[in-house]
Amino acid sequence: MAKAGSNLNLDGQGNPVWLLLELTYKCPLKCAFCSNPTDLDAHQDELTTAEWKKVMHDARNMGAMQIGFSGGEPTLRKDLEELVAEANDLGYYTNLITSGIGLTRKRLENLKKAGLRHIQLGFQSSDPQTAHWLAGVDCYEKKINMAREIKALGFPMVLNVPISSLNIHQVPDIISLAADIGVEYLELANVQYYNWALVNRDQLMPTREALIAAEAQVAEAREQLGDSMTIFFVIPDYYEGRPKACMNGWGSIHLTIAPDGVVLPCSQARSLPGLDFPGVRDHDLASIWHESESFNLYRGDSWMKEPCRSCSEKEQDFGGCRCQAMLLTGDAANADPACSKSPHHHIVQDAVASALASKQDHSRLIARDVGWVPTEM
Amino acid sequence: MADSNNHNSLARFSIAPVFMFRWEESQQAHVLMYPEGIVKLNPTAGEILTRCNGANTVEDIVHQLSELFCEQPEFIEPRVHQFLEVCHGKGWIQPQS
Repeated sequence: MAKAGSNLNLDGQGNPVWLLLELTYKCPLKCAFCSNPTDLDAHQDELTTAEWKKVMHDARNMGAMQIGFSGGEPTLRKDLEELVAEANDLGYYTNLITSGIGLTRKRLENLKKAGLRHIQLGFQSSDPQTAHWLAGVDCYEKKINMAREIKALGFPMVLNVPISSLNIHQVPDIISLAADIGVEYLELANVQYYNWALVNRDQLMPTREALIAAEAQVAEAREQLGDSMTIFFVIPDYYEGRPKACMNGWGSIHLTIAPDGVVLPCSQARSLPGLDFPGVRDHDLASIWHESESFNLYRGDSWMKEPCRSCSEKEQDFGGCRCQAMLLTGDAANADPACSKSPHHHIVQDAVASALASKQDHSRLIARDVGWVPTEM
Repeated sequence: MADSNNHNSLARFSIAPVFMFRWEESQQAHVLMYPEGIVKLNPTAGEILTRCNGANTVEDIVHQLSELFCEQPEFIEPRVHQFLEVCHGKGWIQPQS
C-alpha cells in the first residue's frame, strides 16, 4: 500500500534508503482493499532466488538500509528465509510484511535465526465475520494465533489494520485486542483508494462522523495505554484537504521491485498508463534509479504545473501522489486532487458524496480474485 | 543541569532490542534503525551510543568522551546525562538491571 511517507530524519542524498521487494503477487487472501495491480496475472514471472539476492546487493551498494519483504504474501516463497539471511548479512534492517497465513511456529523460528528484525502483520477486524468479509476467506483464528507466536518469539510487531466503513466502528475493540496481544505499534491505516480498493470505494469509504469518532477513541486509548503501545491513525487524504507527501517524493528514497523484477518508485506506479518501467533482468539497478526516464519524470519539482509550481507547501508534500492524480484527473502531473488547492478537488468531494449516497452493503464488495492460492488454514 | 538528571553515574545502558545501531558508510554516520524508521545521528550522539554497550557506566562514558574531545569532564558530564535522558525517553536505550 502506498505510504504517506516513512518515518525518517535523513535524506538519501540522491540514493534510495528503502527497498521494498514484492516477492510474489500470489496470496491466500482475497482482500477487497488489496493494493496489488488489478491485472496482476500478467506479471507473475517471479525473479529467482539468485536474482533477488543481486537486487538486494545492488541496492545496498547504493545506500539502501531498510528492506521490506512484501507481496502478495511473501511467505509463499519457499526461499524467504534464505533471502532474509542474505539481507541481514548485507546490513539491512529486515521487515516482513505478511498476512500471517503461510507462517508457522517453525518458519518464524527459522526467520528469527535468519536475522529477521520486525514483522508487520496485516489484520482486518476484531470480529471474525467482518474479517472474513474483508479478506474473502476465513482466517481470523489463524491470524490471532500467529500474532501471539510472533510475540512469543520476541519480534517487535506492527499490527496494520486497513480501516474502512466496515470496521471503523470496531476501533476500540481492535485497540484492546492489539494491547492484549502485546504489539508495540498499532497502525490504523485508513484504506487508500487504488486498484482493488478503488473498485470498491463506494462500499469502503467511512463517513466524516465515523472518522471523528474513531479519532477521539484513539486519543482516549493513547492516554490510557501510555508508552506501552504506539497507535498511528492515518487519516484518509480524501477528507483531509491536504495531500500526503507520497513516498517522500517520486524517486527520492523509495525503491520497489515487483515480482517480475520491474523497478518502481512505489508499488502503485505500475498502474500509470504510458510509462515503461525497466526491469532488473534487462538493466542495472543503479542506472534505472539514476538515469531511467520513468524515475526522472516526476523527480524534483520541474515537472509541476500550477497550483503546485508556485505553492509554498511543495517542499512538504511534493504535490501529493502522482498515481492518485492520474487515476482521478487523467494526468499524473496535475496536483493530487486530495489537495483543496487543486482545481480537481471537486472529484474527491464528489467521491465522498457518492460513497455516502450509496447503500453501503458489504455483500457488494468485489473480492480480489486473481493470483489467489488456496492454503491450509 | 547535572541535578536535573535521573540517571545514576554508575548506571549502564544498552541499545533496546527493537533498535539496530550501527555505522552506515553511505551516510558517513551512525544510524539507529527500527520498524519503519531510521535516525541519523550526529558524531557526538554516535560516540555516546557506541558506548551504550551494557558494560560502560555513565561515568565511564563521560571520561572516555572528555578524552576523545579534549574537554573537562565537568563540561561533558551534564551533556552526556541530558542526551541519555532523551535517548531513554525515546526508548532507544534501556538500563541494565
